[in-house]
Amino acid sequence: MSDITRAEVCVAACADLFLGAGETLASPMGLIPSLGAKLARLTTEPGLLLSDGEAFLLTPESAVEGWLPYRKVFDVVAHGRRHVVMGANQVDRFGNQNISAIGDHARPTRQLLGFRGAPGNTINHRTSYWVPRHSPRVLVEAVDVVSGVGYDRAVGPFHDVHRVVTNLAVLDFATPDRSMRIVSAHPGVSVDEVRRQTSFPLAADGVTETRLPTGEELDLIRTRLDPHGTRDGEVPR
Amino acid sequence: MRDKRMTADEAVGEIEDGMTVGIGGWGSRRKPMTLVKALLRSGVTGLTVVTYGGPDAGLLCAAGKVRKLVYGFVSLDSIPYDPWFKRARETGAIEVLELDEGMLQTGLRAAGHRLPFLPIRAGLGSDVLTYAPELKTVRSPYDDGEELVAMPALELDVALVHLNRADRHGNAQYLGPDPYFDDLFCLAADKRYVSCEQVVETFDGPPQTLLLNRMMVDGVVEAPGGAGFTSCVPDYGRDEALQREYADAATDLEQWPDFYERFLG
Repeated sequence: MSDITRAEVCVAACADLFLGAGETLASPMGLIPSLGAKLARLTTEPGLLLSDGEAFLLTPESAVEGWLPYRKVFDVVAHGRRHVVMGANQVDRFGNQNISAIGDHARPTRQLLGFRGAPGNTINHRTSYWVPRHSPRVLVEAVDVVSGVGYDRAVGPFHDVHRVVTNLAVLDFATPDRSMRIVSAHPGVSVDEVRRQTSFPLAADGVTETRLPTGEELDLIRTRLDPHGTRDGEVPR
Repeated sequence: MRDKRMTADEAVGEIEDGMTVGIGGWGSRRKPMTLVKALLRSGVTGLTVVTYGGPDAGLLCAAGKVRKLVYGFVSLDSIPYDPWFKRARETGAIEVLELDEGMLQTGLRAAGHRLPFLPIRAGLGSDVLTYAPELKTVRSPYDDGEELVAMPALELDVALVHLNRADRHGNAQYLGPDPYFDDLFCLAADKRYVSCEQVVETFDGPPQTLLLNRMMVDGVVEAPGGAGFTSCVPDYGRDEALQREYADAATDLEQWPDFYERFLG
């Protein structure tokens, strides 16, 4: 299996985000997390609910099994049975995320999307992040604008930032002060490289190598979920 | 029963300088673009615009109509960022109230229910509250004592929405998969104008698709293609080529006057 690509490792790592999720709405943003959620549904988490990104819940065969327009998504957010995987223009060591603006919010040097649903997601239910290009510009000491709430600002009973999956590693916040640590580095990536590409010090005790996709998973990714290899566009080989 | 049919210019003629205008749809989906164009042609300025923002926000910023924008995001969907909105922000041309998307819905709901605020968790711990100090929190009077955001009512002077079908009295129907928040925009507003692909005598399809009733509407504008270039399924999808032209012209301002003239027709 020496031909397994980095993108395929990332898809499997995203699938693992949903382990134990059961009948929960998976809301993956971006290609690799979407492939990961579908992969989880077809393997370990058949109970997962998947939306088409518009208004329907779909089975793996793309049959409509439910209606979920935006207003009902907000109901699910508040209800809490949801695990979102958002993108991030910036993420900091406590898991604060920024998709709003770079620079001063009053007059940004670069306006981005806006807060979108990040404040509501992070205060209500499990949230993970996907970073396709792990670099010091994305993994920053402190984000410019807090859209998604991190552990140093967490309030309320439901805050739960789970993991950050990048093109280099899987990271979480299972440290005494809830700062980010390396869970696993992807095959071919050293802990040093992950640290060099991160602006803040990363805890790295007991780092493992990110698992390879199984034969069954590779077959699903290559023949069923992404037969045209669009995943290589998001994470180059 | 009242015949509420009118032209887009007549509907927009009710909007005065400084008013708060809510615009329905979502991103680059089922935006009332014919009504927005009429607003662009009008002399009105100094508006506060409340929207799940798409090219409506961008175009109104381009025309200098916006004093303050209230939004959860601004996006063209297939193009992540609206260039005119970006420019308005990066040059400090507009004031903003940037919210979580769910807070925007909750603010509209509070206005529709004639409540001063509704509690919501979204916003706590984030910079939403940092940059909008006018937003306050409220503590539960029950044993939990939880602190929540007191999302203030987003009261609108005018709501502009676009649906697939309407009758002359203001009953209106969406035929796509998502109603978005057009009913909430209408309930939050004093004056409510719906444009539609077609004015009909009777409605086909399930009654659950009748999103607006005539209590919620003051004017009906027949505007075939009236959401373009945003999508209005099943009548039509997004005109991606025209949206791309918009975004290119908004990025390269030498192209803008020509595009804008053609776009306004």
